[in-house]
Amino acid sequence: MHSVGQQQVFSNRAIVIGCACALLPISFFLALSFGTVSISFSDTLWSLLNSVIVSEPASGTGLISRTDLIVQQIRLPRALLAAVVGALLGICGATTQGLFRNPLADPSLIGVTAGASAGAALTIFFAGSLTSLSGLPGLGLVSIGAFVGGSIAVILVYSLATNTQGTSVATMLLAGIAITALAGSLTNILEFFGDEQILRRISLWRMGGLDGASYQRVAIAAIFGSIILVILPRFSTALNALLLGESEARHLGLSVQSIKIKLVLLVAAGVGISVALASTIAFIGLIIPHMIRLLIGPDHRYLLPISALGGAILLLLSDTIARTIVSPIELPVGLVTAILGAPFFISLLRRRHEFGMR
Amino acid sequence: MNLVCVKGENMIRRLLDIDKVSIRVQGAKKSTAHSVLVNSVSCHVNAGEVLAIIGANGAGKSTLLNAIAGDIAFTGNITIDGVSDQAKLRARQIAVLPQLSLLNFPYRVSEVVGLARIPHDSGRQRDDEIVQEALTLMDISYLSERLYTELSGGEKQRVQLARVFAQIWQQADAPNGTRLLLLDEPTAALDLGHQKLLMGAIRELASHGVAVVMVLHDINLAARYADKALALLCSERLAFGTIEQVITRQNIKSLFDVDVHIAQHPEHNSPVVIGL
Repeated sequence: MHSVGQQQVFSNRAIVIGCACALLPISFFLALSFGTVSISFSDTLWSLLNSVIVSEPASGTGLISRTDLIVQQIRLPRALLAAVVGALLGICGATTQGLFRNPLADPSLIGVTAGASAGAALTIFFAGSLTSLSGLPGLGLVSIGAFVGGSIAVILVYSLATNTQGTSVATMLLAGIAITALAGSLTNILEFFGDEQILRRISLWRMGGLDGASYQRVAIAAIFGSIILVILPRFSTALNALLLGESEARHLGLSVQSIKIKLVLLVAAGVGISVALASTIAFIGLIIPHMIRLLIGPDHRYLLPISALGGAILLLLSDTIARTIVSPIELPVGLVTAILGAPFFISLLRRRHEFGMR
Repeated sequence: MNLVCVKGENMIRRLLDIDKVSIRVQGAKKSTAHSVLVNSVSCHVNAGEVLAIIGANGAGKSTLLNAIAGDIAFTGNITIDGVSDQAKLRARQIAVLPQLSLLNFPYRVSEVVGLARIPHDSGRQRDDEIVQEALTLMDISYLSERLYTELSGGEKQRVQLARVFAQIWQQADAPNGTRLLLLDEPTAALDLGHQKLLMGAIRELASHGVAVVMVLHDINLAARYADKALALLCSERLAFGTIEQVITRQNIKSLFDVDVHIAQHPEHNSPVVIGL
């Protein structure tokens, strides 16, 4: 009996991993090919190969073809940024839910994203006069600000909502509302007191979702993102044990306190970077881990990496939809993920007793 | 490795020694009558012995167990012979069953029990074997692939019991052969048959040198299966010693304010408490 069941789990996992690995390049390719200007798959592929093989773009003529320009300079950095940010949001969502021992804990719902936004806005406000904030150091600075803001938010929510009995959903969501309101008003105050230039910078940054993608942003996302994406899965076993409860995890030989601090900082860094580079994108960290958990179970050794893959796929597809559905107008990608995510969240909330949540 | 077993049966090893342990409410500034949860309690358990902690609700039983598990601060001394100072190795020596399990993620039963092997380096194959043996011991191998969240309370309890058993399954895995099992109301959700099954499993572990401390509400289970008992009354030790010394008419009267008759078990000679 049990061996059949086990095989079932393993084959499920294999299928899900296979699908995710196949869907990622497909959705990446769709993101490059679709847009206001539709480019045929063969041209897209050709242009992509060109950019990889030929280091100097169109060195023969000195001119860059229109296709190459669109694919290499506009869509490729955007797709890369979407993939990394989506992966970060997916893995950070899965980690937050494990850390809070609560399947409804999503960084954007519990105020972490808002905290990161406020941190970024504060940085723009106070450091705007020092640096141009458009180059690498400026972006790095905004990312650090977002990280600090996000960290403060996670620590606040965690200490408010979590005790030895786990996390109460109600307290967690209420704390999230409070922190989101506080962070939002902080940003508003900054806009109120800022001069015209700062105002412009903040609002530019706030609006700048993935359409602000540049290779500079991709570089920052790739460096910090890959560090986080490599480190977080090392906590899989710890997160598995933490689902039992904190003292149970301690009785299994884990130094729970230090693991918690590291996880909180990593999540804040992941969310902070994604907020700094692509502004607020809600719900990916909620939808993806849930879907993956339904398919393969809560074992973080598989959940974390597959959530990263799933997040990348969902954000690539959402962004492609956002760019094409009412083309030539671009919808903010956050709008698309919210339209997908809000009904999902409501259905989870209605069925929360099935998950044994209070 | 099997230090205790090899050296012969007449060697008594005091595995757990509790010396004048007091526990206060965390954050309490003044020591009032209500802020003391455990007041200067001493007792000891040898390897291979089962100690039952009995007493009324709120007497400090679970608090004392948590202090032994290292979860809360206390004054006095708790000495565990041969215990490792490394958390991972200590987890191979001490397993703890909490009163309440909070797991609400849809793990499979075999995965929950498999978490017990986190502190071990015995290899995936051996771990899987131990998980299956522990499942069989708790009579839940037929639930192996079911989701934990779909189980009944008693089934969940047996899964958690299988988990703590799997954590200290082999004497050879435990540094210095020190194995201590701490159980908080392990029979609370179990039916009569599974209570007997569990007590048999506990005696079996004890016969291999494990020291067991369990909080029990069922005095007759304690009398039948424990070697010693510790009776706590209002945070203080009322009695400690063999079952016959502790489970007396006067003690039961003081502990629970209930008049009882103490009879003798027809087969095992252990005392049987009959409510009047």
